[in-house]
Amino acid sequence: MRPSDEASARVWDLAATILDPEVPALTIEDLGVLREAHANGNTAHVVLTPTYSGCPAIDQMRDDVASALREAGYDDVQVSYTLSPAWTTDWMTDAGKRKLEDYGIAPPMARSSEVRGPIPVTLGVKCPRCHSLHTREISKFGSTSCKALYQCQKCQEPFDYFKIH
Amino acid sequence: MSSEHDLLDLHGEVSLDETVLDVELPGSGRVATPEVAEYAMRLGDDSLILSQQLAWWVSRSPELEEDLALGNLALDLLGHARALLHFAGTASNRSEDDLAFWRDEPEFLNCWLVEQPGTDFGDMIARQLYFSIYQVQLYTALLTSADESLAAIAAKAEREVRYHQDHAVQWILRLAGGTEESRERILIALNDMWPYVDELFTDDDLTDRLDGIAARPSSLRAGFDETINAVFAEAGIEIPTAKPAMTGGRQGRHSTLLGYILAELQWLPRRHPGAKW
Repeated sequence: MRPSDEASARVWDLAATILDPEVPALTIEDLGVLREAHANGNTAHVVLTPTYSGCPAIDQMRDDVASALREAGYDDVQVSYTLSPAWTTDWMTDAGKRKLEDYGIAPPMARSSEVRGPIPVTLGVKCPRCHSLHTREISKFGSTSCKALYQCQKCQEPFDYFKIH
Repeated sequence: MSSEHDLLDLHGEVSLDETVLDVELPGSGRVATPEVAEYAMRLGDDSLILSQQLAWWVSRSPELEEDLALGNLALDLLGHARALLHFAGTASNRSEDDLAFWRDEPEFLNCWLVEQPGTDFGDMIARQLYFSIYQVQLYTALLTSADESLAAIAAKAEREVRYHQDHAVQWILRLAGGTEESRERILIALNDMWPYVDELFTDDDLTDRLDGIAARPSSLRAGFDETINAVFAEAGIEIPTAKPAMTGGRQGRHSTLLGYILAELQWLPRRHPGAKW
């Protein structure tokens, strides 16, 4: 979470400008991938968490964060990863969800805990273009690990859905 | 982490981040004991070999959506393999790449199921069904492992392999309820893969000694059977009657099939040691 001390918060804010290379509508902060930021003089340390275990975008995010911090004048930049606690779409910010929808990707429709209970709740996925709930899943897997393919039955547009995870 | 761990090269050469991964796992600097490393290697090898097998399907699937699905599954499995082999390697100071590319067949500890041929769509789906149901049980059990690194890897993997299970189940229902030919072929495939199921649930000295750290294989069988029974009932399929095969993957005894898989997996780094892009 965004640190309270001013020096570390500056590192956080710089890292928070980096976009997800696969879904450039979102920053890594919106996505919930940015976990920690620390500053100590000219040293900056940022901790990221991968979304899906195999997602290759994490390496690009790391390099982009490191570049941004170096450009901002930090001499010693460290970007490390943590696996725990495991990333979930529950960490996506509300601003992030709005940006996703504007970008044409339906945001996660519920919290992860709600669909993992003993009685899973299935919610209709809303078309990001015409906002109809009359949509159907074409494939649970899309162009990246985090997305599924849907089609709107009303406006007929196919679209990506950012899966609840 | 010191500057020697800094892998950013502003001139555009990005290497696989072995050293950054050192601090990826919780309890940074943790080193696996030789026994935990051997266990992690079993799990990592399962995922690595199956990932390699599934990647074969990319561009060969019956439809574009299936190319995407199998590519996604392979990528998840590769992610699990990387984390597990990295962790295993801390015991012997070997990197994940070193373990993946520079071991020979007898050093691989994967089960026989994942080395079975799956270039027939039915065979691949049958293999996916058994293995993904097993992995859901496995990673659910490992969520409470006394080893924090295994528990952290499991916490990510458990969410992901549920998609794998769902994918396989949907195909089983579709193929079993499809045409006469699709039903006949998936029944043959389910029967052909069945002999390799028992190995997944066989305890041995290592899993006995790692009680509380490893998921005891035999303890996962009831959950596996419950899911299989439900899926087969829905699809109107009888449990296969094929007898268990002679296996031995956990001790490094493999069929000839593994050599061909490793040849394709390993030739490039062996031909060009240290190659990067």
